[in-house]
Amino acid sequence: MSHEHAAAHEPSGLLKYVWSTDHKMIAFQYLFTGMAMALIGGFTVYVFRMQLAFPGEAVPLFGRVSASSYNALVTSHGSIMIFWVAMPVLIAAFGNYLIPLMVGCDDMAFPKVNRLSFQIFFLSAVLLTASFFVPGGAFGGAWTAYPPLSTSGVYNQTPIGATMWLVAVALEFVAFLLGGINFITTTMNSRAPGMRMFDIPIVVWMIVIASVLFMASVGPLVAGAVMLLFDQVIGTGFYDPARGGDPVLWQHLFWFFGHPEVYVVLLPAMGIVAEVMAVHARKRLFAYRTIVYTAVATSIISFFVWAHHQFVAGIDPRMASLFSVTTLIISIPVAEMVFVYIATLYGGAISLTTPMLWALAFLVEFLWGGVTGIFLGAAGSDIYFHDTYFVTAHFHYTFFPIAFIAGFAGITHWFPKMFGRMMDERLGKIHFWGTIISFNLIFLPLFITGAAGDHRRIFDYSGFPDLNLPYLQNLRIMATYALLAMIAFQVVFFYNFARSLRGGAVAGANPWKATTLEWLAASPPPHGNFPVMPTVYRGPYEYGVPDRADDFWPQYEPAGPAGQEPRLGAAGHGPAPSGAMAAPER
Amino acid sequence: MISWFVPQASTFAADVDSLIFLILVIVGAWFLLAEAVLFWLILRFRKREGVRSKYVTGDVKSEKRWVSYPHYAVLVFDVVIVVAALRVWNDVKVTDPVPEETVRVVSQQWAWTFVHAGPDGRLDTADDIKTVDDLYVQQNRTYRFELHSKDVLHSFSVPAFRLKQDAVPGRMIAGWFKPTLAGDFDIQCAEICGIGHGLMPARIHVQTATAHQEWLREHGVMPALAANTGAAGQGGAR
Ligand code: HEM
Ligand SMILES: [Cu+2]
Ligand SMILES: [Cu+2]
Repeated sequence: MSHEHAAAHEPSGLLKYVWSTDHKMIAFQYLFTGMAMALIGGFTVYVFRMQLAFPGEAVPLFGRVSASSYNALVTSHGSIMIFWVAMPVLIAAFGNYLIPLMVGCDDMAFPKVNRLSFQIFFLSAVLLTASFFVPGGAFGGAWTAYPPLSTSGVYNQTPIGATMWLVAVALEFVAFLLGGINFITTTMNSRAPGMRMFDIPIVVWMIVIASVLFMASVGPLVAGAVMLLFDQVIGTGFYDPARGGDPVLWQHLFWFFGHPEVYVVLLPAMGIVAEVMAVHARKRLFAYRTIVYTAVATSIISFFVWAHHQFVAGIDPRMASLFSVTTLIISIPVAEMVFVYIATLYGGAISLTTPMLWALAFLVEFLWGGVTGIFLGAAGSDIYFHDTYFVTAHFHYTFFPIAFIAGFAGITHWFPKMFGRMMDERLGKIHFWGTIISFNLIFLPLFITGAAGDHRRIFDYSGFPDLNLPYLQNLRIMATYALLAMIAFQVVFFYNFARSLRGGAVAGANPWKATTLEWLAASPPPHGNFPVMPTVYRGPYEYGVPDRADDFWPQYEPAGPAGQEPRLGAAGHGPAPSGAMAAPER
Repeated sequence: MISWFVPQASTFAADVDSLIFLILVIVGAWFLLAEAVLFWLILRFRKREGVRSKYVTGDVKSEKRWVSYPHYAVLVFDVVIVVAALRVWNDVKVTDPVPEETVRVVSQQWAWTFVHAGPDGRLDTADDIKTVDDLYVQQNRTYRFELHSKDVLHSFSVPAFRLKQDAVPGRMIAGWFKPTLAGDFDIQCAEICGIGHGLMPARIHVQTATAHQEWLREHGVMPALAANTGAAGQGGAR
């Protein structure tokens, strides 16, 4: 645990922000870097969707889109959204901000490791962005970087961009490995007295489980990336069949990481949604422990599904049986998790605040992503759908809820804590409806083009008579118009964000009347977080407890005459231990 | 369903489509049910003045069954889907029927070369017919294809057949199809293969028996072509 918030050591001026080891400042660094990268990722998608809708025409603010820049834009878009938006915002920004506040300590266990993590992350973001400007341009071999296309400059024609992409991704991994150490250690060791394992808020559980999952899955890919780097720069032949290598080896290593990675970003998003739902529905989460168990089960099973990305990649076709089965098995805990979330609403007193709208929209939209995944996990139908826009639409119905919908739920929910002011509800709702409606209008048409065989990563359909049909083109144009609308609505968000920073109503410590520890701290919390370190007396979601005046019963509130009232909450029974530094596990 | 958009031009196209339809019915029903329950709960349990939320833990059996019963149902439907999916998969990808003819498909940045067996019906003989970006096959004839790549990954995708298979350099990957519908259909490269990935279209021409025999007679014995056949796996240059 850190005890180094002695004000005397603090640098001043801008350095105070750049050189800070305060977990909240590092969270903001991740948040704002992630938001900036989202703008870049959004710009790339604007350019390539304009090209798809109006092939060959100059795109405003960009110009004509060549085949090579199309590939580079798609590749960067995918890489940025996953590695430089979803991960930093969901895991690093919320993890850093929330974990110490929610487990009731003053900072991360290793604040300097935390700072190093961000610095490496920032470097990786700069490197990736810079790759647009090198000779040959940015890497265009898709975010999956399959060799031999990714290994050889002769094949991909972006020798510098390809290597920069690879190094940037590798640095990003290092940053998240360092960050994960902190999340896990802090949660395990620095909890407030009385906080037992099942008193930990779900979002903290989810970020910790995601960090463990990331650490466990990324190792093989790092090894694979080193081999890829050697193939690229010193001409080894790990993936070159002419020299005894095997290109499919990379696919196994990539997806062995890549599939768990989906859950690495999903779980924190589900965690955020759980917190928001509990607060704004005034409800205890339905079957708290089941949520934790299903998250663990999902993580474990996610190690056994990777080859469902490779059904038609030239693996032994009999293997498809195995991976079809595991893939459908993983649908069970995920479905269970969604059921539990839906069940949480039963008996609630739901306020449709902006954060709650986002949280509910997460469930509504994620269901689309979940059910369409079954078409792809079933080997027989994946033959047809593989690498079509059906896949693109499917995974955006998972990723968009994860990265953006849950992200907005979290930002609007914790904004008062972060900045001490409320966001504007009316602007929040305009932004919400504008974004959600246009999101669906982007991707519902793409399910149809995908079902009609539209395949992905094609910059111009004119060469394909069966795809170059007017009704398909109209759907593509519709998706692009919807994207333009969505981008326009983001202006509302940024305006609301900026205006509320100064002009929003003053929030006070606990504007939502919530129960978890972060709402005990002042808004915004000072360095060190709590004036007096809190003690935990009950589970995190005690809403609507009968026979109490308030409909919420904070974790930190002593239970009347000491030890008289039975201990409520997920942990169940027994008097709250007090005084112990870290709660014993049971 | 899929046949609204793309014709069914091979024996297994209808099987794939029925599988997709089966999944659509099952997950569609689930989807509608889940969304309906979700929206109903949102409307039913809106905050009302003076009404407190219920204290439901979800930890007791009588409450848990609200999620555990649907959960068992998911399991049952999963089994149905897996069985159906693997039957189709095995038919298309695992148990190849005895072919009547073999065709070689060679992909490269950014073109397809097709080696047809020619009038004698056998590959690697003097009468092989090599074409670029046009594949000619006969209706109702069972083909084995041998897929090669000369450089990076490509993918041999014939949507009208519901067939897709990646090509991997250094390997020969075999598969089969039996065209049932005469006509011309897209062959698309479905794996990103560099700058020209979007510029790698080809067509498959499914011909009736008579038309195909005609085509064979016209192209089958051109000495210039016959001279440079036989380079298995190297494919023909354009
Ligand atoms: C802002 C809304 C978004 C839109 C309109 C959008 C649109 C698209 C489209 C149309 C493609 C396919 C391009 C092609 O195949 O030629 C694509 C690819 C992709 N997108 Fe998005 N996307 C959005 C947000 C996201 C988010 C939030 C994520 C992830 C967190 C994401 C991850 C990806 C990935 C991984 C790919 C595949 C890239 C590749 O093929 O290498 N996108 N996106
Ligand atoms: Cu290709
Ligand atoms: Cu290609």
